[in-house]
Amino acid sequence: MIIRSSDQVPRAAALKRFPVPRNFGVSPESRIEQGRMWPAPAGATRVKAFEVYRYDPDSKGNPRLDTFEVDLGDCGPMVLDALIWIKNEIDSTLTFRRSCREGICGSCAMNIDGTNWLACTRFIADTGTPATIYPLANMEVIKDLVPDLTHVFAQYSLIEPWFRSKTPEPERERLQSPEERSRLDGSYECILCFCCTSGCPSHWWNGDRFLGPAVLLQAWRWLADSRDEATGERLDNLEDPFRLYRCHTILNCTRTCPKGLNPGKAIAGIKKMLIERRS
Amino acid sequence: MASSTPKRTRPLSPNIQIYRPQLTSVLSIANRITGVVLSMYAVALVVWLVAGAAGPRGYSTMHAFMRSWIGQILVFGGTFSFFMHLCGGIRHLVWDAGYGFDLRAIYASGYAVVVTSTALTVAAWIASIIWVG
Repeated sequence: MIIRSSDQVPRAAALKRFPVPRNFGVSPESRIEQGRMWPAPAGATRVKAFEVYRYDPDSKGNPRLDTFEVDLGDCGPMVLDALIWIKNEIDSTLTFRRSCREGICGSCAMNIDGTNWLACTRFIADTGTPATIYPLANMEVIKDLVPDLTHVFAQYSLIEPWFRSKTPEPERERLQSPEERSRLDGSYECILCFCCTSGCPSHWWNGDRFLGPAVLLQAWRWLADSRDEATGERLDNLEDPFRLYRCHTILNCTRTCPKGLNPGKAIAGIKKMLIERRS
Repeated sequence: MASSTPKRTRPLSPNIQIYRPQLTSVLSIANRITGVVLSMYAVALVVWLVAGAAGPRGYSTMHAFMRSWIGQILVFGGTFSFFMHLCGGIRHLVWDAGYGFDLRAIYASGYAVVVTSTALTVAAWIASIIWVG
């Protein structure tokens, strides 16, 4: 099936997950144990099961996979609605980030049915049975579905995501032509939900040094800005076997972006700029 | 104020264990695997040449092995790896030039790699059976 935009959910998947053991390469404290079953309240009309990753830092236990039965007759249409319903009706300790509920804040990014997406813009009708909900892949977990984003935000600050100039400040705004402005389309819209970085196998294996798609897309946003005057320093900062070149063009990033952006293309643009600079 | 309980290591959320295989990641790992296979076949090629240079006995032993069913499967796998890695490599070259990054193009070129490498493998075998026997 040809995918035309990242919001397409494949109707049938030959493989739901890679054929590796469940706890393949997993450290002892990260092993996921069998959790408990939370049945739907009496009188539920349309019941659907959700398998949800749980981790409680205050208990001594490992992460576990709980199964919740959600009454769809009493619940909104989105995966985020189901999580809120669980928190209201079944288990108030279920912890997740959410804010805008309309795909603009990026808080509720999580792994839904094996791919990263925003819980507020994924229809429950588009999920499998049971729906599986994990935190963003390959992140340290603070609690339940809340990942620790400290590391990826530190990587973000490394690319100095702010305007840099050497020329004295002009009397009025720094102007751009419509064409110059249009070069920023497709990168300024990023909401830093880190769905792409968390879905990038290269970032799984080398995330300590590889910057990952979200941060490199932002690096491109400043390289592409006609007003920015630090292009040389920015490229120097990226010309590194790990920071940039661990990108092997797998393109899971472009496939998973909930905003339909194209980090893979932006990274290719950075690589091209580096080659053009050398010749 | 010093905390009385030592800080627990946070668990890492699962990655490869739960992430859905997609054409993007599957073809990427296929390109890696076929590359590894091809480097092993480069060694096998040298063994084959050395066996041929060692004299008729060495050559006929090698030839008999390649004619056996396990040898035929190995040679077939090598042919497929060659064409798969070749097509995948061309796809990567186009990307490195900055083209073909629309999701539609990524998927179309991905399926094209699968279909073309399979067709070329079958064609190469049919041709070799017709002309060499």
